[in-house]
Amino acid sequence: MTRKQKKTLVRIIVSFVILAGEMIYFRLFSGGEGEGAFNAVQLIAYLIPYFIIGYDILRKAFLGVIHLQFFDECFLMTIATIGAFVTGEYAEGTAVMLFYQVGELFQSCAVSKSRRSISELMDIRPDYANIENEQGELSKVSPEEVHPGDIIAVKPGEKIPLDGTVIGGTSSADTSALTGESLPRDIAPGDDVISGCINLTGIIRVKVTKDFGCSTVSKILELVENSREKKSVSENFISSFSRVYTPAVVFGAIALALIPPFFDSMNFMKWIYRAMTFLVISCPCALVISIPLSFFSGLGGAAKKGVLIKGSNYLEALAKAGVMVFDKTGTLTKGSFEVTKIIPQKGFSEDEILKAAALAESYSDHPIALSLKEAFEKRSGQSVSLKPDDVSERAGFGVYAEIEGRKILAGNLKLMNAENISLPENTESGSTAVHIAIDKVYAGCLTLADTPKDGAAQALKRLREMGVRHTVMLTGDSKAAADSVAGMLGIDEVHAGLLPGDKVDVLEELLTKKQSGETLVFTGDGINDAPVLTRADIGIAMGAMGSDAAIEAADIVLMDDNPKKIADAIAISRKTLFIARQNTFFAIGVKLLVLILGALGAANMWAAVFADVGVAVLAILNAMRARNSG
Amino acid sequence: MKRNYNLEDLDCANCAQKMQDAICKIDGVHSASVSFISQKLTIDADDEKFDDIMKKVVKACKKVEPDCTILM
Repeated sequence: MTRKQKKTLVRIIVSFVILAGEMIYFRLFSGGEGEGAFNAVQLIAYLIPYFIIGYDILRKAFLGVIHLQFFDECFLMTIATIGAFVTGEYAEGTAVMLFYQVGELFQSCAVSKSRRSISELMDIRPDYANIENEQGELSKVSPEEVHPGDIIAVKPGEKIPLDGTVIGGTSSADTSALTGESLPRDIAPGDDVISGCINLTGIIRVKVTKDFGCSTVSKILELVENSREKKSVSENFISSFSRVYTPAVVFGAIALALIPPFFDSMNFMKWIYRAMTFLVISCPCALVISIPLSFFSGLGGAAKKGVLIKGSNYLEALAKAGVMVFDKTGTLTKGSFEVTKIIPQKGFSEDEILKAAALAESYSDHPIALSLKEAFEKRSGQSVSLKPDDVSERAGFGVYAEIEGRKILAGNLKLMNAENISLPENTESGSTAVHIAIDKVYAGCLTLADTPKDGAAQALKRLREMGVRHTVMLTGDSKAAADSVAGMLGIDEVHAGLLPGDKVDVLEELLTKKQSGETLVFTGDGINDAPVLTRADIGIAMGAMGSDAAIEAADIVLMDDNPKKIADAIAISRKTLFIARQNTFFAIGVKLLVLILGALGAANMWAAVFADVGVAVLAILNAMRARNSG
Repeated sequence: MKRNYNLEDLDCANCAQKMQDAICKIDGVHSASVSFISQKLTIDADDEKFDDIMKKVVKACKKVEPDCTILM
């Protein structure tokens, strides 16, 4: 509790005790006589707790009048309670002010609590960096003072303050604050580390590669901070509603006080009292807080899961996702090749040709060579230690190498033809096959493919279950490769062989075909996809840690590259929207109900206070549920 | 020029809304957003008149919510 809140609490207790004492005293000793009529002793007695609890409201009301702010909450509360005094309801006038303050206190506590709990979700800002000087001594400085090239040390339990490369020490890093992934990531010299992660086990020395302002953590915080600027349709509805709500209720109150008495034997007191209940409900605070707070906590909950959403309008649009367009490589697939099949010829074993291929390619950094090496190491459990004696690369064809006296050729069919190797019939002819010849004899081939990510199939299944009508995959790859991935994942429509520019054209076409009321979502890995990300209703960039371009262009950023997160994000957006809608109907509903009952005389000021602040508190508590969804 | 300011003692969500409306009406302000939840004011206004504009902003805010101060 802040000091202001504590002070209010004390005032509430003091005035409650006085008020309760007075009510009991007058009930016992005045025997109910003079109820509703002027009674100087009671008036003065009740004014004491009234001023204790309401002086700040009265002050603000006074200032409001000076500034011509007639629809100010405090001004209206003051009029309402004074109205109660005028109609002789001293105790009720005081009690209403008291309950209003109780409600305001609850509301203020609830809001500051939720504000804190949401900002804790994004508690990634590093406080300091341990910079190392030339003598190797450490000193604590603010992260802003560290420059690229500086060396910093990060101790266990500390946040990595800036992006950089590890130059000493091994450890593991907790990336959960950024990615929502609970499994720690191992780090060793040579690895890039990202600011905002927590170093877990050992001291590491990091050579800084980016200024603090350009580091991942700053980019993310900036994105989260700015996310409140883009408002959703529901939020805009609420703010325009609140602009007309207060004046409408106030004029309703004036009408209620002035018109009905002429048809009710000039009983002004009765109708003024009813009009005062209107004024108490006239503040639209419950609505004005709870809807944005629902979105805010939805955004916070998403951030906790490693999904950064740039504004509540995108969160809202995501709930209506009907068409999902994916980039293939790096988004649905791993983006690296994997040996899928080894087809040896008679007289050769699988191990033999894999080993031959891995050794021959051991000098190359080509993605295919790397995946051959990896496959060999995985299969044999040993690293590629034996180096070929004589290697020559045949650019565009493959490689020739001599290993333990055997002449090995590894490459495509053109290489085999060029070297006059006689090929058997039914040779694999796909472009991602590596053919091997040992001592001028065709030994077999290995096929490689870019395989779908683990969990990509489940992710798509979940999206379909959530009501995504149509899935599309765009890729620059060959039709055969694309179709095979699409088949495995169950994609409805495939566009293969696209140049980066073509992707935008295809997307335009898809946009014209989508049904009204649904949105088109494009998900890509952010590289070369910027125009498509911008053009789609919602652009999702994944694996964005460290990629500035993706963070800029996308509307939603997935911190890791797991497609499952898209479904999580949709679940969060639906729940948030549901809660926001619930709050809208609840708050407007209760207020309208109390307005009607108040006009009919069935609801007194107590009910009105509940409709005002009680509803606000309930709506705030409800809004906080959006934080824990998905 | 776009700037962020923290707000102190901004107690009522409706006031935040009214402050935002008032600030947006000030001459030279391109856009402004007052967030009750994060207790922040984000303002985008003409560079050369920025200080003058901020004075008007402070005045406008005082009118709506006398207790709220903009931390500069």
